Amino acid sequence: MERIGVFLCWCGANIASTVDVHQVVEWLRDVNGVAHAENYMYMCSDPGQELIKKAIREKNLTNVVVASCSPRMHEKTFRKAASLEGMNPYMVEIANVREQCSWVHQGDKDAATRKAFNIIMSTISKAKANNPLETIRVPITRRALVVGGGVAGMTAALELAEAGYYTALVERDDTLGGKMRRLSRTFPYHEDASAVIAPKIEELKANDNIKLYLRSDVTEVSGYVGNFQVTIETRPTEGEDGAPEVVTEEVGGIVLATGYDLYPVAAMSEYGGGKVPDVIDGLEFEELLKESLATGAPVKRPSDGKEVESVVFIQCSGSRDPEHHKPYCSRVCCLYTNKQATLLTQQNPGAKALISYMDIRTDCKLTEEYCQGNIEEKGLVYIRGRVSRLYREGDAVRVWTADTLTGEKLEIDADLVVLAMAIEPSVGAEQISKMFRAAVDTNGFLQESHIKLRPVESSTMGVYLAGAAQYPKDITDSVSQALATASKIQSMFASDELHQDPLVALVNPEVCAACGLCVPICPYGAREVDERARFSRVNEALCQGCGACVAICPNKACMLKNDTPMQVLNQIHTFLGKEEPAQ
Amino acid sequence: MAEPAKTNENFEPRIVAFLCHWCTYTGADLAGTTRQQYPPNVRVVHLMCSGAIDVVYVLKALMDGADGVLIGGCHPGDCHYQSGNFKARRRVSILNKVLEQFGIPRDRVWLRWISASEGRKFAETIREITATVKDMGPAEFKAEWDV
Repeated sequence: MERIGVFLCWCGANIASTVDVHQVVEWLRDVNGVAHAENYMYMCSDPGQELIKKAIREKNLTNVVVASCSPRMHEKTFRKAASLEGMNPYMVEIANVREQCSWVHQGDKDAATRKAFNIIMSTISKAKANNPLETIRVPITRRALVVGGGVAGMTAALELAEAGYYTALVERDDTLGGKMRRLSRTFPYHEDASAVIAPKIEELKANDNIKLYLRSDVTEVSGYVGNFQVTIETRPTEGEDGAPEVVTEEVGGIVLATGYDLYPVAAMSEYGGGKVPDVIDGLEFEELLKESLATGAPVKRPSDGKEVESVVFIQCSGSRDPEHHKPYCSRVCCLYTNKQATLLTQQNPGAKALISYMDIRTDCKLTEEYCQGNIEEKGLVYIRGRVSRLYREGDAVRVWTADTLTGEKLEIDADLVVLAMAIEPSVGAEQISKMFRAAVDTNGFLQESHIKLRPVESSTMGVYLAGAAQYPKDITDSVSQALATASKIQSMFASDELHQDPLVALVNPEVCAACGLCVPICPYGAREVDERARFSRVNEALCQGCGACVAICPNKACMLKNDTPMQVLNQIHTFLGKEEPAQ
Repeated sequence: MAEPAKTNENFEPRIVAFLCHWCTYTGADLAGTTRQQYPPNVRVVHLMCSGAIDVVYVLKALMDGADGVLIGGCHPGDCHYQSGNFKARRRVSILNKVLEQFGIPRDRVWLRWISASEGRKFAETIREITATVKDMGPAEFKAEWDV
């Protein structure tokens, strides 16, 4: 027979001014199974916790119910206190009588008092059926995997390798460096992008802890945090025959740094859909600049090699246009367009650079000064408005736009038009998301666990996100995020085992019919039917305790530990004022 | 089949709310923190995810005498467990169709998306469901048989 202790907190006046705490305790003393009931001014204070510990000790309590603030506030506090007295922490339950009772019924003491009692009774009905639980311990494989060999992936891999951990780096291309290899110079210091990335590539190749998989794709992922198995397929070098080589790596932590691609010009019918010659995207212009900077020759346009004398840059091509294209801001285009226009005036002296913009966003360090300085010194012409149309007119590209600051309609003939195309998740990001069970947002970018507090964690434990795969970002931000992922993995690797909350799913094998409905409904791949034993198993390391399998289970063989369907039904029953059903 | 109007000024409806841990339960807490006031007719059952809502829970509440049931989950796309709220949406949609066959109007069982930051919306929802159910009068389908 359980011996339940109930501890009702006044929370100063927060609860006690709305709930008659003495009346509630009096009612509780008559309740079957309640061996102890008292109230106190602040249960979370040291003397308050001491009361709980004393009662556990002296009255040999089996369960504790603390009626106080939301369990989100002090559940851990009270569980810790009980465990210090030798009670299993999962025998402690919280009745939320502050946030969900006293604070929301301030004018009605009578109703709030009865409701508080009712909430406590319902919590008692749940607590009674609780079982002692132990923390789940999972061993860790101290090896890492990084997917994507751009600046983000390389940074994460190097950081992990330097910390002493074996790291497999998978890159689908046959070279490292990602998009940075295509860039001419970086803002704001005009450093040679290739020269910045080249030493990193060498460092990486020379590091013994790094296993490099070039021309490779991840084809299969199984396992869970601390214990993933990842199958990697390497294609033969071009021109060589032979089957792809298949390797399986066992790793504990994973970084997804799969980068971005540009939204195709072909998708922009208003800008010629890629059919007007000399209308190119930002990366193609980077390559023209790169060549010019390398040879010293002026920038020439692709169609006929004519030396470029006038360029129209169109920002927000495909970005910030929720009706037709992408709703979001691609973040780096304002800055690189300003840089491209500046480098153009340097390589082609006298050339005119016109930039069509909606707003100029310079949110990175030094970039406001950089952009403003270039506008003043290089005579870059910014025209606020959206280009309505462009087409080939003789030898030039004719651009129709309007200056919305003066209200003037403009027709401009340019040698070249550069579209600062929206950044989108790289080709294949969708498969990556499915394989690694890393959720994506509405724009297809890999989604962080919490936008403020868990910005580098994916929806799957042990899988982290770095670089533009998560959202458009510049090199600085990509590197910062990559370092954060490496740090997260290192802190995981600092322990021998992972500790997880034991509030996960449980199966009664005698009732389970092995129907398998729980397998596809689980978002974490934590369920598997054991065909020999004929029942469905739970992988406790993968299970996050959402309860989807419990709801779908036709014969309730499935339950969440300490939150079983019977416990839920008992709470409902108590709420509606019926006798406790017999177990 | 419409229920007969039994509007009663003194009738206090009983409402059971199943709230997901990450969004609506936290939103209900925020309603408290910001001192939003709402009628005391609601009792909250905490679920980890709205996708864990079992039709048995809803039926149990109705048969035990609840006059209204609220299921609260994260907004589409925000589910902590990726897609639990869509599972809830499908299940509640089917349940309401079945309930209608038995003459129970769908206004008795509500599904609402309320985020952790929508304390005010939670309080408004409770006021709204309480008033609606009050207008409808007591539910008639509770299991009342003696054996």
